[in-house]
Amino acid sequence: RVHGDCYSNMATMTSKMFLPAISAEANEFSKPDWLTEELSTGTTIAAIEFDGGVVIGADSRTTSGSYIANRVTDKLTKVTDYIYCCRSGSAADTQAVADIVNYHLNFYKMEHGDEPSVRTAASTFRNLCYNNRDSLSAGILVAGWDKRNGGQVYTVPLGGMWTRMPVAIGGSGSSYLYGYVDANYKPGMKKDECLKFIANAISLAINRDGSSGGVVRLACITKDGVERFVLTGDQIPKFYEDS
Amino acid sequence: MSSIGSGYDLSASQFSPDGKVFQVEYAQKAVENSGTIVALRGSDGVVLAVEKFIQSKLHETEVQSMTRLFHIEEGIGASVAGLLTDCLMLVEYARDEAADYRESNGVRVPLKVLANRVADYVHAHTLYSAVRPFGVNIILAAVEADVGPQIYMVEPSGVVYGYSGVAAGKAKQTAHTEIEKLALSRTPCEELVKEAARIIHVCHDETKDKAFELEMSWVREGMGYERVARDTLMKADSYGKKALDDTDSDSD
Repeated sequence: RVHGDCYSNMATMTSKMFLPAISAEANEFSKPDWLTEELSTGTTIAAIEFDGGVVIGADSRTTSGSYIANRVTDKLTKVTDYIYCCRSGSAADTQAVADIVNYHLNFYKMEHGDEPSVRTAASTFRNLCYNNRDSLSAGILVAGWDKRNGGQVYTVPLGGMWTRMPVAIGGSGSSYLYGYVDANYKPGMKKDECLKFIANAISLAINRDGSSGGVVRLACITKDGVERFVLTGDQIPKFYEDS
Repeated sequence: MSSIGSGYDLSASQFSPDGKVFQVEYAQKAVENSGTIVALRGSDGVVLAVEKFIQSKLHETEVQSMTRLFHIEEGIGASVAGLLTDCLMLVEYARDEAADYRESNGVRVPLKVLANRVADYVHAHTLYSAVRPFGVNIILAAVEADVGPQIYMVEPSGVVYGYSGVAAGKAKQTAHTEIEKLALSRTPCEELVKEAARIIHVCHDETKDKAFELEMSWVREGMGYERVARDTLMKADSYGKKALDDTDSDSD
């Protein structure tokens, strides 16, 4: 107990010595990064199509510089009952865009009397991201199920292009996944294989990317709706060096 | 059943004591003075036919002018009855809405949605004294992936209904009687083209009306919207004339 007290004293002393003083002349350069950096979902996101639906996954870390503002973030955001998006980039921008798309698709459902297609959702995302490309920092994966074309994944990266892909990755952690995906993706995987594939991918990226971490969030979307999973601690897939 | 407006018909922003908006009724009369148009929904598409009056003998039929059949979007066609210049405005609106929809949603506009939007636009013009209603009946047709061939017609009041077969213009009553005799849902467009031509010929009153040109177009499954090709049109036209002559000679 004595030692503990000593450490806490030392901690207070050191923090006072090395912390930049907040003074009247404090500016962007003298403040620590977690007071000035925008909230970013540094992130790893991934999505994959299978016959009957899609599986999507993300990490759960939101950072403000080097400070982890939220370690249990939900980056898998609903836009309709059958369509979700995976958000990477600025947390504010992606939340705002996702909310607007949700509004549009709700309106669409009222006017048409039917669920919008995944393509329609992706197109709506694309229009917002492209027309506001100069103000936004948003990399989004749109994935879901509709009755005409089943499971579909669309990627809408930074500039606002869009394209459908059988498997897509995004966010800062995705750089470490291109090799894994190229080596391990095969068309025709079943739902359970897809769940493992995405969980592995997110886990691998978390191990290498400082901006990704926390838990692995997964969701599976089919004609029966959405099934969500969270992998925490020991449940996260382990690889070499994970002792 | 026509009544005199007397004072309550000066603008569309007025109701009459018996609950009518006379300007809208007058707009409907404008449609009734126009040549007949017919739309038939078959098993594999929709046929649109128009009785286009020829204003003058000097009118050059080779050069297609003042047509009443329009291509709205890929796979969506329209035919119009009423004041032609009002019709052109509505067609332009329909084209803009369809293109806008495709840009926002990445897919072609469902016909029901387009018809409702055109109807809302037409209705909006029945609310104010600053504008007058459209003197137009517009028929919209398409073949949709999940539901098959579709026909919607918008009237000057802004109401819109879906139909399996419909007509508008001068002889719409006669045309409706003829349409009801057909077994539309089982008949392919190849056949309906001839029937549509026949109905137009039946509707045309030789004594009262000017000379006319038969115009036809169709939307078919997998083929999109097309004006009916010249030789098919000629064949259908002569079938129509012949059928008319046959019925004429039948009556003693």
